Amino acid sequence: MTYSALSTYADVTDGLVVLVLLCEFAMLRAPLLRSQVRLYAFESLLVSVLAAYVATVKHIDALYVLALLSLLLKVILVPWLISRLLRDANANLAGSSVVGVASSILIAVVVAAFGFFVVGSLKISSRALPTSALGVAVAVILVAFVLIVLRTDVVSQAIGFFSLENGVSIASLVVAFGLPLVVEVAFLFDLLVAVVVFGVIMRVHHLRNDTLSTTDLDRLRG
Amino acid sequence: MPQVLLAIVVLPFVMSVVAWFTPVMFARYATMATGCGAFVLSVVLTSRVVHADVTAGGVLRADPLSIVFLLSVSFLYATTTMFSVGYVDVARTASGTRYGHRFYAGLNLFCWSLVVVPLVNGFALLWVAIEITTVVSALLVAIDDTDGSSEAAWKYVLLASLGLGIALLATILMYYAGTSVFGTAYDLSYVTLLHGAPEFPAAVVRLSFGLAVLGYGTKMGLFPVHTWLPDAHSEAPTPVSALLSGALLAVSFYAILRFFQIAVARLGPTFPREVLLVFGVATLLLASLSLLRQRDLKRLLAYSSMEHMGILSIGMSFAAPLAIFGVLLHVLAHAAAKGTAFFGVGSVVRKFATKDMTKVKGAIGFLPWSGWMLVAAVLALSAMPPFGLFRSEFLIVYGGFAHASTTAASLLVVLVTVAFFGLSWYTTQTMVSANAVSGEDVSATMRSGEISGWIVASMIVGLAALLLLGIHLPSELSLVIRSAARELGVG
Repeated sequence: MTYSALSTYADVTDGLVVLVLLCEFAMLRAPLLRSQVRLYAFESLLVSVLAAYVATVKHIDALYVLALLSLLLKVILVPWLISRLLRDANANLAGSSVVGVASSILIAVVVAAFGFFVVGSLKISSRALPTSALGVAVAVILVAFVLIVLRTDVVSQAIGFFSLENGVSIASLVVAFGLPLVVEVAFLFDLLVAVVVFGVIMRVHHLRNDTLSTTDLDRLRG
Repeated sequence: MPQVLLAIVVLPFVMSVVAWFTPVMFARYATMATGCGAFVLSVVLTSRVVHADVTAGGVLRADPLSIVFLLSVSFLYATTTMFSVGYVDVARTASGTRYGHRFYAGLNLFCWSLVVVPLVNGFALLWVAIEITTVVSALLVAIDDTDGSSEAAWKYVLLASLGLGIALLATILMYYAGTSVFGTAYDLSYVTLLHGAPEFPAAVVRLSFGLAVLGYGTKMGLFPVHTWLPDAHSEAPTPVSALLSGALLAVSFYAILRFFQIAVARLGPTFPREVLLVFGVATLLLASLSLLRQRDLKRLLAYSSMEHMGILSIGMSFAAPLAIFGVLLHVLAHAAAKGTAFFGVGSVVRKFATKDMTKVKGAIGFLPWSGWMLVAAVLALSAMPPFGLFRSEFLIVYGGFAHASTTAASLLVVLVTVAFFGLSWYTTQTMVSANAVSGEDVSATMRSGEISGWIVASMIVGLAALLLLGIHLPSELSLVIRSAARELGVG
């Protein structure tokens, strides 16, 4: 690969990964649960595109399968399932947060920067993606944590977990792109099962409490 | 002997499907037969593994370390299914039948996933198997469909999934560490990685081990990521609580031990030991103090589980062969003791229709068998002789004093004593004391008598195993534990 081709590749992948991080921030400030689900679908689309792009440039065919599976599962199936739940719930569609938007974004910025620089200091190098992508992936994971901690409704918390998985996907693209395909498929299958179980438990929660909020989940303590 | 290995992995899964489609009355006895069968097969496998590791198709592998955990899980599988026959009320109504189908299909599937965890050969499959334990058990926690169980299930599935997200990151980093030796595409089997481990980049292995302890530690109930544990244990149906406590926490510990092996091979014992010591002491401290103020019988046992997970971590951090032998024996003995204790509590809960300890007094008078056996099980959990946990804790503490830090070993003794006070105080209050009952007297209209002979039988089996582990450790088991301790490669 020539130098300019290499730098184009690095620019495109870096751009995609940073867009994923921006999606994560957008989720943090999105007031409506429905828009959060859309953002998650878009974020997953970016991850699929990233996988397909790496597959094309680096000639790693297994990644095409992964991109396709992740497209079907994370861009179409999961958002559809959650949207259906939201439609059925039909209540309390605005998400809630324990702190204001500005504060949560500030917290997320600090946390993301922390993750990015800590990983940068580890000096991990990869053949598939520029190392900066790993730092951003870890930042995505940490911001997902912030989302889960600060939001107080089951849908945001579930979306937070699913987007955390997107961050792990990017990390695995950077450092473990040669991971056997069967293992990757097992990971995705597990995610699917987890989504179904999340869905079931969210539904149980909604049926019992008639709300998606988690603020009244404080009966068990001590 | 790959057939035995395959049979252990296939049978529970088949039974799960069968339980979904057959009448509940048949399913519960068939489940019990499967559970006992799985345990017998595990014992057969043990006698093989004493001589050589058993593998099947590169995907499954039983070595001494996995045998220790397989025996704990399959023993609980057998006793819990026996207990369930007497405990789970499957009324002949439509909703009772539906509950029975769900419960037995779920229980078998949960046990299947627990059995698979120690038998898979590699970090990726290990993660997949533990993820399956999470999703299945989360559904089982929610199965009673009460306010409490849906709250507990949500906390559990969310926290455990986050923990597993971190564990996945740890697995991926471990894979990356291996690429420096094996190239970009290889399998993540334990033997392969152990061979290459001395060449791995140290910083990556350190990070991977730390994340693995945090991630799998969430499922093991280590402080500060334990918060789901008391809720899930207290709100799940009692058979599920027993499996969560005795088997699920143990297999999560098993996952940490696999990372521990690699970390020790690359970094030497110091760093992994320190990490486990910090988490272990914090967990034990929190659990001991929490044991001093409980109202809920099942929460009491849940905190006792955390106490024992803390002991396991601290014991590993001593890294003396004797202490590690103790740790592995402790895993087995804890499974038997905690199972038995939960069965006894289940009996009390059924009898008094409450988990609230302030409302249960003099239970021994009403439950002549299971009452006394519950007291015995709690004494066993407090490491009283002649039970297995006395032997294992003694070895851990002795190993700590002889080969590791006196401070840590003394701390262990003090905290375990505090936990003993909490546990035995509340248990004697509920079981033995016949003081006037505050508030309504639930026992006024009750008669003395057991709920079911199956409950008593499951407890007798549990106590017998505890006595066996305490008084006369079978020589083959002792050999297996010794080679497992050697496998962990410290000292």
